[in-house]
Amino acid sequence: MARFVVRRTLSAIALLFATSVVVFGIFEVIPSYNPARAIAGRNASEATVQQVSRKFGFDKPFYDQYANTMKLIFTGQIIDYQDDLNVVQQFAQKFPVTLSLVIPAGLLWFITATILGSLSALRAGRLADRALMVVAILGVSIPVFLLAAVLLYLLAFKWTIFPNTGYTSFAANPLQWAYHLVLPWFSIAVLSVGFYSRVLRSNLLDTVNEDFVRTARAKGLRQRHVFMRHVLRNSLMPVVTMFGLDFATLLGGATLVTETIFNLPGIGQYEAEAIGNLDVPPILVGSIFTAFFVVLFSGFVDVLHAALDPRVRLSG
Amino acid sequence: MQSGRLPEEPQGPLTVGVGPYRLALRRLLRNKIALAFAVLFALLVIVCLLAPVYSHDVAHIGPNTTNVTGTITVNGHVEDVVSASGVPIGPTGTRHYLFGADEEGRDLAVRLLYGGRTSLLIGAVATSIIIIFGTLMGLLAGYNRFADAVLRPIMQLIWSFPPVILGVAVGTALALGGIGPVKGNSVFIPAFIIGVIYIPYLGFPVRGEVLRLRELDFVDAARVQGMSPWRIMLSEILPNTASTIIVFVPMMLAYSILLEAYLSFLGAGVQPPNASWGTLISDGIDYIQTVPTFALIPGAMLVLTVLSINVLGDGVRDALDPRAQVRIKT
Repeated sequence: MARFVVRRTLSAIALLFATSVVVFGIFEVIPSYNPARAIAGRNASEATVQQVSRKFGFDKPFYDQYANTMKLIFTGQIIDYQDDLNVVQQFAQKFPVTLSLVIPAGLLWFITATILGSLSALRAGRLADRALMVVAILGVSIPVFLLAAVLLYLLAFKWTIFPNTGYTSFAANPLQWAYHLVLPWFSIAVLSVGFYSRVLRSNLLDTVNEDFVRTARAKGLRQRHVFMRHVLRNSLMPVVTMFGLDFATLLGGATLVTETIFNLPGIGQYEAEAIGNLDVPPILVGSIFTAFFVVLFSGFVDVLHAALDPRVRLSG
Repeated sequence: MQSGRLPEEPQGPLTVGVGPYRLALRRLLRNKIALAFAVLFALLVIVCLLAPVYSHDVAHIGPNTTNVTGTITVNGHVEDVVSASGVPIGPTGTRHYLFGADEEGRDLAVRLLYGGRTSLLIGAVATSIIIIFGTLMGLLAGYNRFADAVLRPIMQLIWSFPPVILGVAVGTALALGGIGPVKGNSVFIPAFIIGVIYIPYLGFPVRGEVLRLRELDFVDAARVQGMSPWRIMLSEILPNTASTIIVFVPMMLAYSILLEAYLSFLGAGVQPPNASWGTLISDGIDYIQTVPTFALIPGAMLVLTVLSINVLGDGVRDALDPRAQVRIKT
């Protein structure tokens, strides 16, 4: 276990380092991109541009700029180019919005997929199973922004069942909070549910034929018990792995499209704006943030595997 | 597709039965749903390829011709193409502005077809990049330990970024300056970015397959015969990974077209004045309350295309591996 943690931490640091270099490098190698000019504005004089360049250190070599930026990030002093706001503080301030979007959506998606996947495996070949296949294949064919736009048009504009867009904090009014977030939760969850339940279904159908399931039945366990404790527990693992990584990228701001459409002031919307303005610091912090969650959750998933499945041991 | 497959040489009267690919083709042709969607996909491609014909002979307007102040007669009424408040006209049902106009008075039906060409072209180019380089990297990484030490971390790095975030960052950056002789608004930039992002999606499965295959006897036999590593990789191992690669072709095409739509939606994909289904949806969402068809028609085209590729791809996978559990008809 100790070896596992050490090794994971080391590879995490390597990945975070590589991620930050790549993101920083992308903006460094673009020939015509001059951040100082972008900050100073289109009509700024050459002297102003040079002044800005000195202020942000753009006149220094690549590795100097990189080291300086990383130092600023980890001391929490990095500011964005656009509005001179502290990026780390912005993230801290906006993260609760992303959490209120992602956690309920993730739960909805995982629980629904588990139930639908189990039902369709138990009723393999019947109508419910085939309907799920259609949902699954539609889910991977519809981009989330289109679904969100259709939902907004039908449910918020035409029939005005749900509020237009925007966000109310949970502390201020839990009911309004949920009311505003129902459509975004649904948009995120529904497209993935189909695919996840298909994966679970095919795992379940494979597991049912395993020897240990026959053994469990032979020793007289109840069907329910065999299914919940043996079949489902084994089949959930690949789904848990997928979910861990998908959830990690959602936490890191992969919700940028959903947040933009529903006008939710989370880190996804912040990243989308930063990308539009070629504002490097928020993009850099966002990428490191995402990579951090990816590493963290893939570690969680491995530990969870070992807990769920005694055959899996955590070794280096 | 067993590892010990013999070279495909005419073997005279001794041959009985048919090869695995012919069997797969027969299974695919029996799959009515997959065939129906294959026809739908072919129709969509043909319609999009006919964009210049429609533009020139039916609508009489180019894809980028603006017409902000123009008027059009619908059912005997004269109507503004773009109203005084800037709202474009909806579907007219006539040969002019069949599906309405966009905010600059361009014919949406014409742009829909040209946009489709762009989306399909980007999908095709990106998929070619993925298939060629994904296969090559997978082969090298799987076969040679030193190549693996170099290629695996690179693929892992690309893999660890969410595609949309990486694509948008690189896309925005390159749209400004272009790469070398390629201009920033070229449609090949998003195609190239999407291709690179999805290389690991094929590279890793191929690598895994090669790791398994290279331990088998027929590879040893080839080595003992004195074949060079390249020849073993290309003429012994590659044909055995073919069914994996074939399954990925439709899947990657669908992924690429969708990612293009995401990037264009976020302003990091196809750049104006070019259109793609993604940019049209993105333009149309601003008018979702007043002219919902503006976003929904390109949206429907995009979903139909990706859906037909996905259903066809599912059929191909079932045909190649009849034991696979995920399929349309159970």
